[in-house]
Amino acid sequence: MQKHSFTIAMIASMAVLTALAQFGFINQYIQSVIMLMGVNIILSASLNLVNGYMGEFSCGHGGFMCVGAYASSVMTVLLFSKNQILGAPLLPESMALFAFPLALAVGAAVASVAGLIVAVPSFKTRGDYLAIITLAANYMVISAIDNLEIIGGPRGFMGMNATVNAMNSVVNIPWMLIWVILGTIFSVWILRRFVSSTLGKGVPAICQDEIAAEIMSVDTNRMKLIAFMLSSGLAGLAGGLFAHILGYVNPHSFDIMKSTEVMVMVYLGGMGSLSGATLSAVLFTLLLEVLRPLEIWKWVVIPLLLILLMQFRPEGLMGNKELSDLFPKLRKYYSFK
Amino acid sequence: MSLLEVKGLTRRFGGLIAVNDFNIELGEHELVALIGPNGAGKTTVFNLVSGFYQPSEGSISFKGKDTKGLRPHQVTGLGVARTFQGIRLWGEMNVLDNIRVAQHYTLGYSLLDCFLRTKNYLLREKAIDTIAWELLEAMDMKDCAYELPRNLSYGLQRRVEIARAMSLKPSLLLLDEPAAGLNSADVEGLIKLVRWIYDTFPVTIWMIEHQMKVVMSLCSRIKVVDFGTTIADGTPHEIQTNPTVIKAYLGDDTI
Amino acid sequence: MEIFQHILNALQFGSFYALIALGYTLVYGVLRLINFAHGDIFMVGAYIAYFVAVALLGMDTGMSPGLALAITVPVTMVLTALVGVTLERTMYRPLRRKGADRLYVVITALMAGLILENGNLALLGASRKRFPDLLEKSIWTFGSVSVTNLKVIVIVAAIAVFLLLQFIVTRTKIGMAMRGISYDKFAIPLMGIPLDTIIVFTFILGSGMAGLAGILFAMSYPILEPYMGALIGWKAFIAAVVGGIGDIRGAIVGGFLLGFIEIGVVAVFPSTLRDLFAFSILLVILWLKPTGLFGVAKTTKI
Repeated sequence: MQKHSFTIAMIASMAVLTALAQFGFINQYIQSVIMLMGVNIILSASLNLVNGYMGEFSCGHGGFMCVGAYASSVMTVLLFSKNQILGAPLLPESMALFAFPLALAVGAAVASVAGLIVAVPSFKTRGDYLAIITLAANYMVISAIDNLEIIGGPRGFMGMNATVNAMNSVVNIPWMLIWVILGTIFSVWILRRFVSSTLGKGVPAICQDEIAAEIMSVDTNRMKLIAFMLSSGLAGLAGGLFAHILGYVNPHSFDIMKSTEVMVMVYLGGMGSLSGATLSAVLFTLLLEVLRPLEIWKWVVIPLLLILLMQFRPEGLMGNKELSDLFPKLRKYYSFK
Repeated sequence: MSLLEVKGLTRRFGGLIAVNDFNIELGEHELVALIGPNGAGKTTVFNLVSGFYQPSEGSISFKGKDTKGLRPHQVTGLGVARTFQGIRLWGEMNVLDNIRVAQHYTLGYSLLDCFLRTKNYLLREKAIDTIAWELLEAMDMKDCAYELPRNLSYGLQRRVEIARAMSLKPSLLLLDEPAAGLNSADVEGLIKLVRWIYDTFPVTIWMIEHQMKVVMSLCSRIKVVDFGTTIADGTPHEIQTNPTVIKAYLGDDTI
Repeated sequence: MEIFQHILNALQFGSFYALIALGYTLVYGVLRLINFAHGDIFMVGAYIAYFVAVALLGMDTGMSPGLALAITVPVTMVLTALVGVTLERTMYRPLRRKGADRLYVVITALMAGLILENGNLALLGASRKRFPDLLEKSIWTFGSVSVTNLKVIVIVAAIAVFLLLQFIVTRTKIGMAMRGISYDKFAIPLMGIPLDTIIVFTFILGSGMAGLAGILFAMSYPILEPYMGALIGWKAFIAAVVGGIGDIRGAIVGGFLLGFIEIGVVAVFPSTLRDLFAFSILLVILWLKPTGLFGVAKTTKI
């Protein structure tokens, strides 16, 4: 029971949410908040691998999200919608259900290749210098897309709704909600499996003492490659989901501001804690919604809150502990592997 | 064939010659010390042998294989393990994990195995776990398996570091000043531990040590370096009476 | 002759980057802290200059623009320095006292920048401000090259500030203390040097220079908006790192280098490619020389 309780709980809650959405018990707004939450969980959990577990200071996560968003969007638009430049749809609508996860995977793969821009320099340099490289990488991605007129340049790119509609034409249920929940579970699950393995523990070993790690047989370059590519790949997945939730992307929604938001989530939750990253993504999304009436003051209040947090609880909400470390009794009810 | 063969090893840092024409041959199952005054280049020799530095000149061959151009983890994979002068454990990981992570050289599963939790993965993780627990048991440190290293005493941290190095099942164990900072009771314990390791495992131990007590009671062969150059090589007795060594340590008696 | 015009433009742009980069590098050199709020301190400097200048010109004293400028410059520098010191006193110092990890200070700086940006937006609204003309524009023409007096002032100011800071850091006692802190923050108080005073002094210098850059920028490009500091700040920071962060020469070289790269790119390619090329080139430099042009690689001993 304990072995499967988590899986069952996840499937059940997904089914309940989907049913609620399907029969109109939760409106479009709540659905979109839940979906944003999912995207934020993926982002903060994946950045946590680099900034938390590996102890680097990557401040360009938005760039990888952008790559994933565009790559998967271009693919679905190519396949399922009429576009002036990319032409008529290549596949019939009935294929959308199979092609969509594939498009997300392509987005993730392209983003993880983009992660090489940061991963390769990380072999030689770290700390502040690497932070700059991530920052520059973010700007590079955005200005590269700004200059690609074929996908709309600075005006943005749209047409992703066609794919969502195509999926709905097969079976009319809230598909995006389902995909986001599946994507979120997949991301957290894959990260959890990685960091709890002996292989994955090489990552915090690099953070805590890189020289000792290298001399104690950890192939640090390989670990960095895995960490950066996994992290940016999942950011790409989040980007793909995000693009299809909105149906429209603009390169400037993925600038430093986005990256900063993700960093805020990571440090709010606690570095090196997956449950912390998840929890803080949920809280942060809710906070943004609650503070919406404040309009621009929201972005004064949130940084202020984080500054106070840094003063009084700098290790974040969870520190580097997991939920099951803080409440050992929980272990009786679930094991998440 | 000798285990380690170092020939004409030289390492320069800018204008400074840290190690100059250093030669040594270590056989299977030996216990050898490397001594010399502070700044004589002893740790640099260890750094070169473990692959952390590349030699400026000369060659290092381990088990007949030239280690030139290998990265440290590859050298470790060949069977060279070491400890550090200042303890370098992973402070936020418990002792058990410290030992487990050192098994990266023989991990035996891929990233995909790790994601999918394949049979191979489970088998290997179990084997790694067994190795770690057996070693902790043998070294009498089972109690602190779940402790963080920073909560342990200095002496215990040293033992953990040695355990971590031994978990690599090395053929050559490099100990860099294992007795530094230990109190006399801990030093006794350390001598016993090193003796026990030497008697139990088929390993050659090469140590840098300042405390003569440790060196004299453990090692059958001692090599003395000063200013990067070898000045003496022999049995403990020979070294104790060697005038060059005395001069290096105590200075000239002509004032 | 076009090339000279480009060089002059590059020097002018480079001067802004260099002036801001100097602030980053000073604070980093002393505290090993990336003061992410610095770009926004520059923005605040421009706004302070705007308010001071408008207030001076608005008074019925018939003050001449030249005199107004002479008053605006020092007042702005002092007030901007005050903003920087306030950040240090209220946010960075308490964390330092607690011995918090460097990372938390960096995050705090990032957040402080956001507060400055968005606080400004919230208080003053999204409308842009037009900076008044304080300097009578005169253009000198040499052959086909024309130079405005403002351009010359900007370039001269950057070089003068560089020389001044280089002198302070390498030749004075307080500069020696600053360099000392960067080596060992814990030994400095033991040597009888007042740590906090030196740090405050560093912030005064850095933020004062950002204030100066703010005035000069506002005079050159007289439209102010709250996010003006963000991009230029990030770029200047990258320039400082490429030069070798912590080194004053590095900041000036990195700043001018970035200026030349940007103008060079725009001269050849469409201007939309400017950022892409500039960042790519800087990235390549960092790939080849990970600690920047003047940076010294720290060797780890084991």
